[in-house]
Amino acid sequence: MSGVTMDRTPVAGSGAPQPSYSLRQPRLPRWTPAALAAAAVAAGTGIGLGAGLSSHMQWGLIAALLYVAAMYVLATRVEGRRQAKDRLATSLVWVCFVLAVVPLVSLVWETISRGVKVLDVDFLTHSMGGVLTIRPGGGVYHAIIGTLEQVGIATAIAAPLGLLTAIYLVEYGRGRLAKAVTFFVDVMTGIPSIVAGLFILSFWIIMLDNGYSGFAGSMALAILMVPVVVRSTEEMLKLVPNELREASLALGVPKWRTILKVVLPTAIGGIATGVMLAVARIAGETAPIVLLVFGSQVINNNPFDGAQSSLPYYIYEQWAAGNEASYDRAWAAALVLIAFVMILNLVARGIARWKAPQSSR
Amino acid sequence: MAKRIDVSGLSAFYGAHKAIDDISMTVEPRSVTAFIGPSGCGKSTFLRTLNRMHEVTPGGRVEGKVLLDDENLYGPGVDPVSVRRTVGMVFQRPNPFPTMSIYENVAAGLRLNGTRVRKSELDAVVEKSLQGANLWKEVKDRLDKPGAGLSGGQQQRLCIARAIAVEPQVLLMDEPCSALDPISTLAIEDLIGELKERFTIVIVTHNMQQAARVSDRTAFFNLAGVGQPGRLVEIDETARIFSNPSVQATEDYISGRFG
Ligand SMILES: Nc1ncnc2c1ncn2[C@@H]1O[C@H](COP(=O)(O)OP(=O)(O)OP(=O)(O)O)[C@@H](O)[C@H]1O
Ligand SMILES: [Mg+2]
Repeated sequence: MSGVTMDRTPVAGSGAPQPSYSLRQPRLPRWTPAALAAAAVAAGTGIGLGAGLSSHMQWGLIAALLYVAAMYVLATRVEGRRQAKDRLATSLVWVCFVLAVVPLVSLVWETISRGVKVLDVDFLTHSMGGVLTIRPGGGVYHAIIGTLEQVGIATAIAAPLGLLTAIYLVEYGRGRLAKAVTFFVDVMTGIPSIVAGLFILSFWIIMLDNGYSGFAGSMALAILMVPVVVRSTEEMLKLVPNELREASLALGVPKWRTILKVVLPTAIGGIATGVMLAVARIAGETAPIVLLVFGSQVINNNPFDGAQSSLPYYIYEQWAAGNEASYDRAWAAALVLIAFVMILNLVARGIARWKAPQSSR
Repeated sequence: MAKRIDVSGLSAFYGAHKAIDDISMTVEPRSVTAFIGPSGCGKSTFLRTLNRMHEVTPGGRVEGKVLLDDENLYGPGVDPVSVRRTVGMVFQRPNPFPTMSIYENVAAGLRLNGTRVRKSELDAVVEKSLQGANLWKEVKDRLDKPGAGLSGGQQQRLCIARAIAVEPQVLLMDEPCSALDPISTLAIEDLIGELKERFTIVIVTHNMQQAARVSDRTAFFNLAGVGQPGRLVEIDETARIFSNPSVQATEDYISGRFG
């Protein structure tokens, strides 16, 4: 073996005629995109100032267009057409990413900068009981309690329901019934929250003559949550390779134990993430709360009896009050709500990573 | 322990498509029977009818009889779950459970069935099975590591250990070496030689040498034509099949003069 290599080495090194094409091509230096982006932003700002455009959005769009065009022209000149197309696609992706992130970052920034003004321990531990809306003071404690209880009950209803439905659809569902269930889940996905609220209102409060309560709101939230859980769980279960099911069945494990002990553990990370995202989605719903929980200024720890508040409702209510002190409270509550959703997201990611199948590392 | 398999008039379907037609054969206990034949002739399908895994496939349906020591697997009131506990299976691609460690993978058959076993007993079963699968020495220091972290050949032997841990009477193997290197293949072939002392073994293989090396009897399957169901052409002593088969098609296939 080594003899062959020894023989070949001199041949390869002896200046064999170069082929007419080369593997090397002129490349733009690595810092080009960054430099060009900076230049484009500067140009955009310059043009914006020069033309007296008031909206910063317009400045940004001009800069983005300039960047994409300049990158393409430059790459065509230096690197050739194929590379230029690659650069064009890359820069478009980047521009879209920035366009998507800008509103998100500015939203979080706005909320944090306005929200921290009144956000302190007092705010988190007091209700609005006995506080005039035009006066500073008061807090969100009652709204936090309301949100936690309503969302908790909704999850307790919707998560098992959605999970079992998804298991049915993926593991057992064949034929008409499965198709019908899938269809209704799709329809449910499209139900506006206000409609879910109206349904529970007419059914639970008007027809069955129950009073306003957190539980009524939970039911509406559960209606909104079920399809999301079904969909995400379904996708996760479909990702579990069939070979694992067959391996388990071939060991003489009954189907239900296979699902419980092999399929679900393999998919649990993704399922938990899906449930958490569904929770995050319903945590911000306002319409069913307005209709069914009614809203309240005071602490009500019992979700099954009497009006409660909730974070989104509190924000709406404080904003509607329309004065300086209530605006501050609305922003602070918005910050609390965003933090709640973010924590849920982080928990979901943590679970997903912790429970991910341990593959070859 | 080991049981005889008697198949008579067995046909298997995928929906309306008939994959194998009217197969009858006898598999002797404590022996290795090899299935050979061209791709798509229904070897895997037939193998899966022997432990009622065929019906797991949507649309899968079976006609005919499979007697396991005089008991029809497809008789009324027979529970496929207990059939599969009696007739174990190793698949073509190694498929260890990704959420489980090496130890848990081997113990899976017992644990998943909810069998109550003491830790010490389970330890013993795991060690015995891993030793039976020739894997013990390689993994005894990392039993708590994920099973998916082993090499392909080790994973396949892990799957064999998992299959023999539940002490089946018959072991079906569908091309267990097709993804393995020659050394792992040899290890598994040696293993088959040892396992046949205890189990009835049926192995599907595309490797003629392997069939000649490991099996006592060989069955040759073929397709009558494109779109036709697969059939059993002949089954005989391996030595005879490879030296002097009674059907011309078998000789053509084995000597490579085919299609
Ligand atoms: N899940 C399935 N659904 C429908 N038809 C199938 C399915 N699996 C196999 N078949 C068909 O059944 C026939 C036999 O397939 P089978 O997998 O048993 O062949 P095989 O002999 O094992 O082939 P190979 O040697 O390539 O593994 C083929 O015609 C195949 O197309
Ligand atoms: Mg096959």
